[in-house]
Amino acid sequence: MSSFTWDYCAKSACARSKCVFIGVKCILRTIVTGLYGFHVKFCTIHSWAARSSLADWSLLGVRLLRRPRPLPPCARALSPPLQQQPFDSLAEKPQFPGASAEFVDHLEFIQPNVISGIPVYRVMDRQGQIINPSEDPQLPKEMVLNFYQKMTLLNTMDRILYESQRQGRISFYMTNYGEEGTHVGSAAALDPEDLVFGQYREAGVLMFRGFPLDLFMAQCYANVDDLGKGRQMPVHYGSKDLNFVTISSPLATQIPQAAGAAYAIKRENTNRVVICYFGEGAASEGDAHAGFNFAATLECPLIFFCRNNGYAISTPTDEQYRGDGIAARGPGYGMLSIRVDGNDVFAVYNATKEARRRAIAENQPFLIEAMTYRIGHHSTSDDSSAYRSVDEVNYWDKQDHPISRLRHYMTARGWWGEEEERAWRKQSRKLVMEAFERAEKRQKPHPDLLFSDVYLEMPPSLEKQKESMWRHLQQYREHYPLDHYEK
Amino acid sequence: MNVQTLGPNAAAVTTTPQNLYIVRLSLLEIRVVLLLHSFVFGLCPGPTQKMNLFQSVTSALDNTLASDPTAVIFGEDVAFGGVFRCTVGLRDKYGKDRVFNTPLCEQGIVGFGIGLAVAGATAIAEIQFADYIFPAFDQIVNEAAKYRYRSGNLFDCGNLTIRAPWGCVGHGALYHSQSPEAFFAHCPGIKIVIPRSPVQAKGLLLSCIIDKNPCIFFEPKILYRAAVEQVPMESYQIPLSQAEVLQEGSDITLLAWGTQVHVMREVAAMAQEKLGVSCEVIDLRTIQPWDIETVCKSVVKTGRLLVSHEAPVTGGFAAEISSTVQEECFLNLEAPITRVCGYDTPFPHIFEPFYIPDKWKCFDAVKRMINY
Repeated sequence: MSSFTWDYCAKSACARSKCVFIGVKCILRTIVTGLYGFHVKFCTIHSWAARSSLADWSLLGVRLLRRPRPLPPCARALSPPLQQQPFDSLAEKPQFPGASAEFVDHLEFIQPNVISGIPVYRVMDRQGQIINPSEDPQLPKEMVLNFYQKMTLLNTMDRILYESQRQGRISFYMTNYGEEGTHVGSAAALDPEDLVFGQYREAGVLMFRGFPLDLFMAQCYANVDDLGKGRQMPVHYGSKDLNFVTISSPLATQIPQAAGAAYAIKRENTNRVVICYFGEGAASEGDAHAGFNFAATLECPLIFFCRNNGYAISTPTDEQYRGDGIAARGPGYGMLSIRVDGNDVFAVYNATKEARRRAIAENQPFLIEAMTYRIGHHSTSDDSSAYRSVDEVNYWDKQDHPISRLRHYMTARGWWGEEEERAWRKQSRKLVMEAFERAEKRQKPHPDLLFSDVYLEMPPSLEKQKESMWRHLQQYREHYPLDHYEK
Repeated sequence: MNVQTLGPNAAAVTTTPQNLYIVRLSLLEIRVVLLLHSFVFGLCPGPTQKMNLFQSVTSALDNTLASDPTAVIFGEDVAFGGVFRCTVGLRDKYGKDRVFNTPLCEQGIVGFGIGLAVAGATAIAEIQFADYIFPAFDQIVNEAAKYRYRSGNLFDCGNLTIRAPWGCVGHGALYHSQSPEAFFAHCPGIKIVIPRSPVQAKGLLLSCIIDKNPCIFFEPKILYRAAVEQVPMESYQIPLSQAEVLQEGSDITLLAWGTQVHVMREVAAMAQEKLGVSCEVIDLRTIQPWDIETVCKSVVKTGRLLVSHEAPVTGGFAAEISSTVQEECFLNLEAPITRVCGYDTPFPHIFEPFYIPDKWKCFDAVKRMINY
C-alpha cells in the first residue's frame, strides 16, 4: 500500500473533502495493518510507533509499507476533519493526536532497561577471531592492510604531535588513542562524496580520506600552508575537497547542522549521506536533542555516530547519563539505533555500511553508538591520572585495542608479520617526521589574514582597523614577532 | 504624508505608533497608508500591489522560492502560514519539502539552517518572536558568524537568513516586545537588518537572502498590518549597509531604525512647527555593518545627533553609534549626543506607554539639545 501525501489546503471545504478521503484511506490502512497483527493505529503515527520498536520489524521480517513514514504534522493541525472521521466509540481506542497506543488499566511505570541494555554488536573477539563468519565483511587484503596502515599512521602522528606540544613547538594537541577503529571503520563504509561533520576526535576519518600529513601539520603549526589560514587551535581540521566540514570547538553544534545539510542533500537527489560524529558527553547538549529530533521528523539521510569512549574530560559516563547510553535514546526520537563494539573495525564498518545504504534508500536517520575507550588524555591540557587508574588505561591499551585486534586478524591470514610490522613502523615514523620537519620550517600566514573572511567582502570599518594595525606595527614593530610571518 | 484609516470604526486619526498604542488599548484598528512609492532607487519597475508589511514579506519569499530552487523556508508554524501570516500560501504553491514546520526548538532551527546553507541550499529560518532567539544564540554567534573565518573560507553559511518579528506591539510585555539587535551587533560575521515599511522590508529581505553572509532580518511586528504601501510585485533589492536620509535638515540629525523611524518623522514635524528647528531624519536600515559614513556626514553638517531605539539604553546600539560619532565628529558637535531609549528594565506590560521612547520624549530631547 503506498504512502500518500497530505497537501495542506487553506480552504476549509477543500480540506474537509480531502480529509474525508484521507480518512477513508486511513481506515483502510488500519484495517490492513490490523489483519497483519499490528495494533490498530491512526495513520499519523502508526509507522513511527512501528519503527520505534525494533522487535516488531524482526518479528514480521517484512516491511508492510514501502515507505513507512508518518504523515506531515500539518495533518494533525486540521482538527475538524479528524473529528469527522467515523470511529467506533464502543471500541475505546485512544484518539489522542499525540500518541495512540492501547489503553491500560493498571498503574505501572516503564522500567528503563539499564542492567541488560542494548547489546553490543561485534564481528571479532578481542583476539581478532571472527565470531560469526556470516558477519565477516570479507574485505580484500589491500583494503584491510589500508585500514591497518591508516590506524597506525594516525597513532604515529599522534605520538609525534603530542610530543611536539610538550616541547613547545605547537600550542595544543588532542590524540585519538584507542579510537582509531571508530574512525577508519566508519570512514571506509562511506563514499568520498558523503559530507562529514565531526567534533574533534575524528582525525582518522580525514586521514583515511587522504588528507596529507603536511596539511595535518600545517593546521597544527598554523603555518602558511594551513587551509584554515591559521585562525584556529590545532586539530581543528577541515577540507572542502574531502567533504570534511571544519571542526569547531563548541560541542554538539554540528549535530543540528548535520541534519540541515542532510535535508539539503536529500533534495539534491545525489545519493549522498551525511555522517555526524560526537562523543557521549556532547550528546548531553541541547543541540544533540535538537539534531536528533529534527533529523527524525524531517526525514534526513543522516548517520549519527556517537563515540562513547567512557569520559568527557574527567567526567565518567555514570555522571553523564543515567539511562542506557546514547543508543537507547534513538527509539525515543523514532530513530533506528544500534550499539557496536567501536574497537572492532569490522563491526563499525558493517554497521556504518548498512546505515548508509538504508539512510539514503529510506530518507531516515540512523544512530550508531560505538563503544570504545579513550586511552589518551583528553588533550595536552589534561592529565587523566588525576581521575582514573593506570591499570584501567593499560587494560584497554593491551587487551582491547582496535589496532592489535586487526593485526591478529591479519596475521591469522598470513597478510602481516613481524617483518612487515617493523618495516611499516619505520616507514610511517619517517613519513611523519619528514612532514613535521617541513612544517616546522614554514612561516606563519600574513597578518592581513587576521581581517579577511569575517564577511565575504571586507566592510570599510574593518579596512580602517586593519590600516590602524599596520600603522601601529610600523611604529612598534620590535615588540611583535613579524619575522615569523609571511611578508 | 497621506494618512487614511480603514477600520471598522473608520475614525480619521493621524497615526503614530504612540497613537497606535492608545488606539490599540481602545481596540481600534488603524492602517497607516504611506506615500505611494513607484520607484525604489530607480530599480523597481513593474506593477505594484497594495501590501502590508507581512504581505510584502510573503511577496519576497514567493519571489525567492520561484527563482531559487534550493530555497526552503522553515520554522515553527510556517506551514499553515505563520502566526503573523508571513508564509501564507507558500506551502501550497511550492510544496511541503520547501515550506515546512520544524519541532519547537530555536537552537535546532538555526543549527538546521546553518547546515542547509553549508550544503549549498538557500535557508530562510523563521524564529517566531525575536524574544525567543536566545536559545539559538550559540549557533548564531559561535557558529554562523564564524563559519567562513574559522574555516579559512573553505566553508560558509552565507545562504542563511533568519527572520524574526521584532519590537513593541502595544501589549507584548517582556517576551513579545524585545529588540535584541544589540546582542548580535557585538558579533562580527553576521548582518542585522531592520526595515521600516513594506517596500523597504521586501527589498531589504531580498538583499539579505541574496547576500553571501548570514543575515538576521528583524520585522517590526507592530507594522505587519498597520503599514500599507504600494509594493512592487517583482523582485528588487535595497542595498545593505546603506542608511537612508528620509528628510534633509540643518539643525539636528535624528537617527533611528524600524518603527522608531516613524516616531522620528513626527518629531521632525513637531520640531519644525513648534521650535522652528530643521531636522534631518535618517533610517539606519542595516545595524551591522552600519553606514558610518552617511551618519557622520550628517552630523558634520548639523552638529547634533539624537539616536532613539526601544531597546534598553545601556549597551543598546545607540551607545555604539554615539561612541563612533563622537570619535569621528568631536569638533563638529554642538551638543552631547543624546540617546532616547527604553529604560534599563525588562519590557513592561501595563507600563508600556511610559516605557517607550515616544515622540514627546524625543521632542523634549531635541529641545534640550537645541538649547544646550
